[in-house]
Amino acid sequence: MDNRTFYNEILTAHNLHPYNKHPLPNPGVWKRGVNPSCGDDILLQLTLEDGVIKEGSFVGTGCAISQASADIMLDLILGKTTEEALRLKDIFLRMIKGETEEDELEELDEAICLRDVSHMPTRVKCAVLGWHTLEEILKKPEEEDGASPLPTTTE
Amino acid sequence: MKTTFDVNKIRKDFPLIDGQPLAYLDNSATSQKPVQVLAAVEQFYREQNANPFRGLYELSNIATNAYEEARSLCAEFIGAKDSCEVIFTRNASESLNLLAYSLGRGLTAADEIISTVAEHHSNMLPWQHTARAIGATVRYLHPDREGNFSLEEFKSLLSSKTKIVAMTQMSNVFGRAIDLKPFIDAAHEAGAVFVADASQSIAHMPVNVQELDVDFLAFSGHKMLAPMGIGVLYGKAKLLEKMPPFLTGGEMIEYVTLEDTTYAPLPHKFEAGTVNAGGAVGLGAAIRYLNAMDRTAALAHEDALTARAIDALMQIPHVNILGAKDAADHHGIVTFTIDGVHPHDVAAILAEADIAVRAGHHCTQPLHQYLEIPSTTRASLMFYNTFDEIDRFADAVSRIRSLMGYND
Repeated sequence: MDNRTFYNEILTAHNLHPYNKHPLPNPGVWKRGVNPSCGDDILLQLTLEDGVIKEGSFVGTGCAISQASADIMLDLILGKTTEEALRLKDIFLRMIKGETEEDELEELDEAICLRDVSHMPTRVKCAVLGWHTLEEILKKPEEEDGASPLPTTTE
Repeated sequence: MKTTFDVNKIRKDFPLIDGQPLAYLDNSATSQKPVQVLAAVEQFYREQNANPFRGLYELSNIATNAYEEARSLCAEFIGAKDSCEVIFTRNASESLNLLAYSLGRGLTAADEIISTVAEHHSNMLPWQHTARAIGATVRYLHPDREGNFSLEEFKSLLSSKTKIVAMTQMSNVFGRAIDLKPFIDAAHEAGAVFVADASQSIAHMPVNVQELDVDFLAFSGHKMLAPMGIGVLYGKAKLLEKMPPFLTGGEMIEYVTLEDTTYAPLPHKFEAGTVNAGGAVGLGAAIRYLNAMDRTAALAHEDALTARAIDALMQIPHVNILGAKDAADHHGIVTFTIDGVHPHDVAAILAEADIAVRAGHHCTQPLHQYLEIPSTTRASLMFYNTFDEIDRFADAVSRIRSLMGYND
């Protein structure tokens, strides 16, 4: 076995030391994202102000791909407008389908480390979990769901 | 144990894995198929294909005979008294659904079913579903950390209310062979029928229904070298005769009017519609293949592979093996976790090294909940695996934490 692996250093670093993985004290909007078949389970929390994502974090459990992808996504979208975040989401989802141009990819910064997921059909849902949850939260925030218990972290 | 088993010769029968880079260690999901099985299926469709039982012509008789010969081989393989006690189904799940439906028709809300927390969903959900529909109760026996069951605990669950006991002969997570005989005897004393799930055991230990005195036994063909889509339900004739059919339709009747129907005798009462004759012939060929080999030596080779894998994994820090400490109690099943690495990532990294294993809950969510482990990785071995494959597997496992960024 050689040491070439899909699990590159950027991905493993975000998995082991996720900067954005912590509860947000007073989130404005949040949404849970779950992949029932493999057990990935995250809660994405954001604070929006004048159409800008001011704060954001996630908690949850799952495989390295799901956790690193959510962490990298938050690095990208914090401080951006919701339109800009949704545009990056579109580029990311197209990258996962193998449908992006090289110059578009640059905008994704470290999220490029997940591009080879396009060759791993069973892991696509892990990579897109955070991004799909972001899309849902921005299109239909679940503010009324404030009483629901948050998933607890295991790590 | 020293054996003269020649795995390299055996592998010639399995072209999908022989000389190939892939180490196939997912045999509990499905086994590979030897050329003898593939040839038998092809020969059936090339030379014997007609609808069994239907036609009044020679070719249909030939097809009927091929199908029934497979039934006889199955009956003999599991030590059944009569081949009419072997019902062909699609798989163990269908066999167990048939039982839950048909036996369930005779239950009332006061009745109880006993199952175990270690069951595959296929031997849990049918009973749960039947009990819920009737208002009956399912009570669960718990395994210990080594995958064993306590006869005392079982007896404490048994009562005159117990009508059905449904229990695995070998868990697909632990691999431990359960000596079912005392459980079967106790169930009979309480007046209950005993259903054994032999899906995992059938390819990894000798199974004899008359010695066990088991009432029903279910298994799939595809985990024992046969094609997918053919399975078996064994049942004692005197019990099957009293049970209502599960699926109804073609070829399972004696006489039909618009008002009422008398059903065909066993086994046809339980085989509605056109049967999977090609699959049955493939299962017959798989049994012939197993009978022709030195099975004792093949199982000893499996045990030696299992011991090699467990010994190697036990040397790797942060790797935890589920079940018994003694490799002889694993029967080719090595289920494990690696601290800090999700099982799906473990399986993906092994896949990059051309090693096929399963990751997840292995259709045993309640067992994983009970063990308080969200999911696991499982290597499952077969007699055609090699020591070299085991060594590659163990070597790859030893590198996983480092690949995932841990500085151990």
